Parts: sequence; structure tokens; C-alpha cells
Amino acid sequence: MNFDFSDDQKLLKEQVRKFLADKCPTKVVRRVLDGNETHADEVWKGLVELGVPATTIPEAYGGLGLSPLELCVIAEEVGRAAAPVPFDSSVVLATEALKLAGTEAQKVKWLPLLASGEATGTVAVAEGPEPPRPRNTRTTFGGGRLNGKKVPVIDGEAASFAIVLANTGGQGERAVSLVLVDLEQAGVSRRRVETVDPARKHAELVFNDAAAELLGAEGEGWRTLERLYDTAAVYLAFAQVGGAEAAMWMARDYALQRQAFGRQIGSYQAIKHKLADCYVKLELARSNAYYGAMMLTDDGADLPLAAAAARIAATDAYDFAAKENIQTHGGIGFTWEADTQFHYRRSRVLALGLGGPMAWKDKLVTRLEQKNVT
Amino acid sequence: MDFNDTPEEAAFRKEVRAWLEANATRKSDDKQSFRARNDDPNLLEKAKAWQAKKAAAGYARITWPKEYGGRGGTPILQVIYQQEESSYLVPLGFFDIGLGMCIPTMMAYATPEQLTRYVKPALYGEEVWCQLFSEPAAGSDVAGIRTRAERDGNDWVINGQKVWTSGAHYSDYGIIITRTDPSVPKHQGLTMFFLSMKTPGVEVRPIKQMSGGANFNEVFFTNVRIPDSQRLGKVGEGWKAALTTLMNERLAVGLPSGGLDVDELMELARDTELEDGPAIRNQQVRGKLAEWYVQQQGLRFTRYRTLTALSKGQTPGPESSIIKIVAASKMQDMGALAMELMGPAGIMKEEVPNAAGFQAQWIAAAGFRIAGGTDEILRNIVAERVLGLPQDVRVDKDVPFNKLK
Repeated sequence: MNFDFSDDQKLLKEQVRKFLADKCPTKVVRRVLDGNETHADEVWKGLVELGVPATTIPEAYGGLGLSPLELCVIAEEVGRAAAPVPFDSSVVLATEALKLAGTEAQKVKWLPLLASGEATGTVAVAEGPEPPRPRNTRTTFGGGRLNGKKVPVIDGEAASFAIVLANTGGQGERAVSLVLVDLEQAGVSRRRVETVDPARKHAELVFNDAAAELLGAEGEGWRTLERLYDTAAVYLAFAQVGGAEAAMWMARDYALQRQAFGRQIGSYQAIKHKLADCYVKLELARSNAYYGAMMLTDDGADLPLAAAAARIAATDAYDFAAKENIQTHGGIGFTWEADTQFHYRRSRVLALGLGGPMAWKDKLVTRLEQKNVT
Repeated sequence: MDFNDTPEEAAFRKEVRAWLEANATRKSDDKQSFRARNDDPNLLEKAKAWQAKKAAAGYARITWPKEYGGRGGTPILQVIYQQEESSYLVPLGFFDIGLGMCIPTMMAYATPEQLTRYVKPALYGEEVWCQLFSEPAAGSDVAGIRTRAERDGNDWVINGQKVWTSGAHYSDYGIIITRTDPSVPKHQGLTMFFLSMKTPGVEVRPIKQMSGGANFNEVFFTNVRIPDSQRLGKVGEGWKAALTTLMNERLAVGLPSGGLDVDELMELARDTELEDGPAIRNQQVRGKLAEWYVQQQGLRFTRYRTLTALSKGQTPGPESSIIKIVAASKMQDMGALAMELMGPAGIMKEEVPNAAGFQAQWIAAAGFRIAGGTDEILRNIVAERVLGLPQDVRVDKDVPFNKLK
């Protein structure tokens, strides 16, 4: 039984943790939250120097060619720091989409730029306030031209390219395809949109006859997206685990320090049991995330179920820890000055980006039914 | 990352499998258990026979030193044996408390002569041991026990009552925690002994549980006289000895959780029609199924993390402390939903064959949430030992026991 990360992977984790503790303390998160910058560029550059965006990119495309496990431990640390950097958008979603469905030419063009940090990418799926489905995807692609509007798009302002879900005219799930579009062109306009987490900037992208090309086969967009989301769900689960752990310890530290009715509030069972529940959810999430990580490395036969379980558990853990962290702090936790807000905000961004828990629970049971039939 | 054995583990597993294959019957499916199949009065005798066979082959207590009949093996080998044994139809459960808690306490405090006398018969299942800790007025707060032991020459005289004593009705010996000095604060006035359950003045009365079974007992002590040589540890240091016992709780990891779980509930949901179609199509049912699946997998892989640490010869982290907190409530809630799927008939004990098992688990889970540490005590333990939060204020801490209200 070897259900753990290797010593080298733990060392890498420690290295990234130290870097972020040093270069991305909460005051950096606050600076981005309060300010105008799209992300914390000095933190991002440091992560690039550490090789973070190159981690899982094959050496043939200028990457480090490491295993998904290395990126899992990095994701946990990025999540712990609630780092305002294009990690989920570019290092996870855009990179994995290219690896999964890109042509040789597309990979040769973009993967080296992603690895070196010269470019970042994102994935644009939603079109306003309803869960994206093939039937409500109104953005169209045909004759090499992309038209429509995507919102919200994480890091859409700063990204060099986007992978866009667009209608290509087929039936049912086959109505949609993934399309790769260079965002630095005249047919693309971008506008920042306000969200509940200003530390992670989102944009509206409008395409007006923008030049674009298919990523993967026509009509395969939804299936590829599901596969991409399974992979991303595991990495984001690690980010959520990191965030949940940070929020839990923040609450615990405050519970030790704050006195009420003549003693530390952390000595009251109402607080102790709440924080114990944080720990229970955290460990369920961590264990499910580990299995998801393992399924990213093997043939991955059980990835669909493992990813769904990891995502549901990690979303629950982060949501709970983030909100109970504020609750444990009491009034001070609700102020703009308090650091508690960062995880509360981030937990929702991470919970909804790939679809929320209700959708994933339904998906999980569907997959269980399929597994039991076969 | 992999779930594979090391070469040493694989070799041991192969050896264990061959031995089990030659000496026991394989289960027809993994839900089958010896108890369910053989509800016979000779179960204890059969269990003793199996234990003797195991002990003779060196599998009864793999982590114990060879001089005590063990193998001097690592905890992971013990887990591997248990994993393999769980696929066979063998009677288990009678010796866990004795070998897992009582004898290790004896090893820490008894004389070499006593160990020579008691360890081997316990290992071979010839003598069964029980642990006499809880009392009517001391459950979660076990240091609040009132059973007195008073010195009389070279003897001690015990008076009082123990409760929830698993297996006392078939036990030959027990370890008992008593109060020897009520004039000091509660943790300081305790002393541990061992005694024969046949000592005059010991009376065992089974307690019928809500589930209908009677696995545990009340034990009454009336002027029970035992020699000072049966004292374990120093006078007044019984709490320290009790902690030794509790630290030796059996290695629960690696044991299959058993019982009806998500697969069976899904099957039930597929086969049950609600007003708008099969229950499996109901979104509320699906949401619950997903949550329980996530918990089930989370527990499974949490055990794997612990096993990994054992396999590497490391001390496992505190992660396994979540297992009972999650498993007990999950069992209770799943049982309740399975019954609900049957409509009003969910309360019936007949005509609901598909839900009967869940009904039984729903009843049993109410006890499972209490036994071996209540949900609340376990949360305290996580909060204090894992998160480093302070203990509750203890108003009785420095007060002599006989001055407590």
C-alpha cells in the first residue's frame, strides 16, 4: 500500500508553500482584491520561475514533463494561499485542454508559451446566468469565425487565448465544439465584470467574426469538456483542500486567542465541535482527492467517479471551513480588514466554476449507475 | 501511488491465504458472516477452537513479541492477516478486548510469573477477558467511577457496580479500575486490578439492548476479595494504567466496514417505485446517494492513508479519528432513508425484505454513535488532540472526589 505522495513531491510542495508564504501573504491577496491589477504579477512570475506552469507539459513542448501528482501538490499550496494568479484558468484548464484535444500544430504553438509563462490561456464556457449546456450555447463558430458572448470568463482580461465552447450546428450534445481563439485580435473585445471575489478577476468576452479554429473534432465539444472538467476537478479539489485547511487553522488560531465569558472561545464545545467538523470534512476531501490524483496517473478508468467524489467532498469542505471561519471570528470576521473574506469568496469561485455540487452529485450517481450496469 | 503490497507484504499475504484456504471456509459473498449463518449456542466454543488454531499457527497476535506467542511482526502484517481472514467464514469478536486491551495492560504491569500464567491461555482462546471500566455514573467521564477497593491486610475488598461490560457473561477474567482513595481529586485516587470473574461476590447480569441483543452487561461487586498481587501498577496510578489500556485499542483500520452500504441502497432505490417513477430518479434521493458515496469512499481512502503509514513503518497521522464519527451517522441516515422508500410500511418488520437489513442497521446505529466514545467525545478528541484547542473547563479537576456534588 503506497497511497501517498513521494518524498520528492512533498519536498516540492514544501518549496511552493514557502515561496507563497513569503511572496503571497494575505496582504497581496488584499492588494489585488482592492486594486485594479488582473493578478499578482510578481507572484505569478515567481511561480513561473519555479516551473509551475510547465509542470505537466511534456518536455517536447518545453515543459518539465512531470506527473499529475506534482501539479496536485502545487494546487494545494496555491489554494492554501488563495493566490491571485491564473493557476486554475491557465495552468489547469487551458493547458489540460490543449493536451487533451489540441492538434500537433496547436500544441507546438501554445504549450511552450504556457510553459515559459509568456502566454496564459483560459476556458470560456458560460454565457450568463444559467448553467451551460449544449442547448443554451448561443456562441457560434463556422467558416473559421467565432461570434457571440461569454461571461464570466476567469482571467479573460489577461489571457492570451481562450478555449471557447461554441455551437457548430449539430444535434443534441453534438451541437457544440471547442474552439481555440487568440484573444489579441480586433474581433475580440473584453470587459471586466464584477464578481464576489475581486481577487480573481473575471471578464466578459465578445467575439465579432473573430478568427478561430477547432480544438478537437467538430461535435466533440461537450464530451471533451466533460473529460477536461474531470481532470480539472481533481486539481481544483487539491486547491480547495488547501484553502479549507488554511481557513480551518485561521479559525482555530482565533479561537485560541479570543476570550469570552472569562475563557478562550476555543474551549467551548460549540466552537470545538464546529472546528472538528471542519477537520472531518477536510480529511474526507483529502482522501477522495488522493484517489482522484491516482486516477490521473493510472489508466484512469475510475477517473469519472473519483473526480466527482473529490469535487463534491472538497467543495463541501471548503464551503464549510470558509463560512465557519467567519462565524468563529464573530463581528471582526465580517469586516473588510479581516482576512477571513478571502477564503469565503474564493470557495464560491472554486465551487461554481466547473459546475456546482448539485450538478456534480447528479453526475456522480449517473456514473455509478453506469458502472453498476457494466 | 498504488495499492500494491511490498514484496515482504505480498509474501506474507500469500502465506496467510494458503493457510486460511487449508483451514477455513471461504465466504460465498463478502456480506456473509459467521454469526448470521450460525445463530447457535456453541458459537463461543467454535470461536475458541478457531482462536486456538490461529494461535498455534502464529497468526493470533502478529505484533506481539515471540516470547508471548506473537511473531514480532509489524502492524501492517496484522492488518493483512485481518483483511484476508475477513474473506473466510470464521467466528470472531470474542477475544478482541482481551488481546487488544487487557493483555497489553497486563504486559505493562504484571509480574513475569503472571504473564506466564495468563498470556498464553488468552492467546489460545482458552480464557476470555473483559474490561471493567464504565459505570452507571461514569460513562464519557470514566475517571468519575465510584466502585471502591479498600485495603484489608494483604487483600483488597471491592464493592460497586460496572456497566456496559462487553462479554462479561462469557469472560473468565477482567481488568477493573477502582477508586482506592476518595479524598483526592478524581484522577489521582484510582487503582487498577485484574481478577477472575468467578471470584465470590461477582455477579453478571446481561443488559438487553434496544436492538434485542445482549452483548453487554452490568457487573455487581459485593465484598469481592482479591490479593494485592493482582494489582496492576501502583496504588493511585490507575488512571495511568487505564490510559495504557485505551491506547492499545485494537487496530480497527483495514477491517472491512461490512454491512449494507451505498450499492445496496442504490439497488433498493432502483427497485422501489415512488409516485413519479423509480426512487433512483428522484433528485433528493440522488443527492443523498452521492453524499453517502463520497463519505464511503472518503473513509475507505482514509484507511488506505493510515495503512500506507503503517506499511512504511511510520506512525499514522490523526486522520483515522474521523472514521467512527462519519460511519455511525451515515449508517443511521441511510437506514432511515431506506425505510422511507418503503412508505408507511417502512416501519414493518415483515414484508419489507429489501429494507429489513437497513432497518436493523438504523436501530444498531443509534448504539454505534455512543459505543467506544460518543460522537461528542470524539469531536472533543479531534478538537483537542488534532487542532490543539483547550479542554473544557473542568470544575471537578482539583476537588477531592468525596467533596464533589
